[in-house]
Amino acid sequence: MAKRSAPEVNAGSMADIAFLLLIFFLVTTTIETDSGLNRKLPPIEEIIDPPIIKQKNIFTVVVNKNNQLLVEEELTDISDVRTLAMKFLDNGGGTGEDSCDYCQGKKASSSSDNPEKAVISLKNDRETSYKVYIAVQNELVAAYNELRNREYLRLNPMNGMNFVQANSRYSDPRTSIDEKEKLKPQLNIVKSMYPQKLSEAEPNKN
Amino acid sequence: MSKFKKKKGGDLPVISTASLPDIVFMLLFFFMVATVMRDSTLMVNNSLPAADQVQKLDKKDRVMYIYAGKPSSRYEDKYGSAARIQLNDKFAVVEEVGAFVLAERSSKRQELQNVLTTALKVDGETKMGLVSDIKQELRKVNALKLNYTTRIGEYTQNMN
Repeated sequence: MAKRSAPEVNAGSMADIAFLLLIFFLVTTTIETDSGLNRKLPPIEEIIDPPIIKQKNIFTVVVNKNNQLLVEEELTDISDVRTLAMKFLDNGGGTGEDSCDYCQGKKASSSSDNPEKAVISLKNDRETSYKVYIAVQNELVAAYNELRNREYLRLNPMNGMNFVQANSRYSDPRTSIDEKEKLKPQLNIVKSMYPQKLSEAEPNKN
Repeated sequence: MSKFKKKKGGDLPVISTASLPDIVFMLLFFFMVATVMRDSTLMVNNSLPAADQVQKLDKKDRVMYIYAGKPSSRYEDKYGSAARIQLNDKFAVVEEVGAFVLAERSSKRQELQNVLTTALKVDGETKMGLVSDIKQELRKVNALKLNYTTRIGEYTQNMN
């Protein structure tokens, strides 16, 4: 019998396999995107006639230079800020046209009238550390988000997502225009129920 | 009988290397896609604080970055250890922020100029004084959309 060498493996399909892998990685890798807390600064124009806000509609948070928190004049731990802020925003103590029919709070007369009037005022010192400031901001945004989630789920139980998910879906460029059109009014209603009124005072100089 | 006789010894089949370029290209493409280009080298320490109520910062062309923090160890003997601002590739003082924002804004396309966001990448150990100064400068040039860039994580990580 004549000696035969093994037949050469056909490498023609190798390129196809390579491309398959390439496409797989292309699809699965996500380029790292930055994320963070979005805020809007107030314009610098002087307000000639500042609106008068009742003291009970203001929720003051002060962070001092030793990174201690003073919430409504009381020394507080950061883990309580979220619940306190939610209680304040959701209080709905107003009567008549100030009343709030969706609020589930205690309706105490010493706290905010309704979420539309409630303002959170955040004040920090120049010596406050940035990461503590971010932690406080995060907790205040979380308070708004939790309330908005609750109302969004109540109004749109069929959507299967909460406010935060719906909002990120709305801002995702891959979402179709039809869906965005559908989400926009839903989001705006909830946003107007709990408008984010977070005011930042200029820091103490010392 | 001899039909099934084992081949004896000898020539190993040559493995084709025709696909080697494909594999190499594949790897190349993969790394091209997966690598994030950093357009300015960091000269400051930049360990971002953690937050979990974050929103994504999509569309890189609509963002301008301002870094701040202590100069990294390479620059420490030259620039000291006080927190500083970094714009593009060099250290800057607070007063330069406004000019930087205006220059960035004019370098963008017309339709994007009004929707720009400023991303503040500030080291967690920085004092708020510097951040407030930056915010004041941003207000002066009407760059009001702001993003405090953070890591994703529990806020409790910030407290120690």
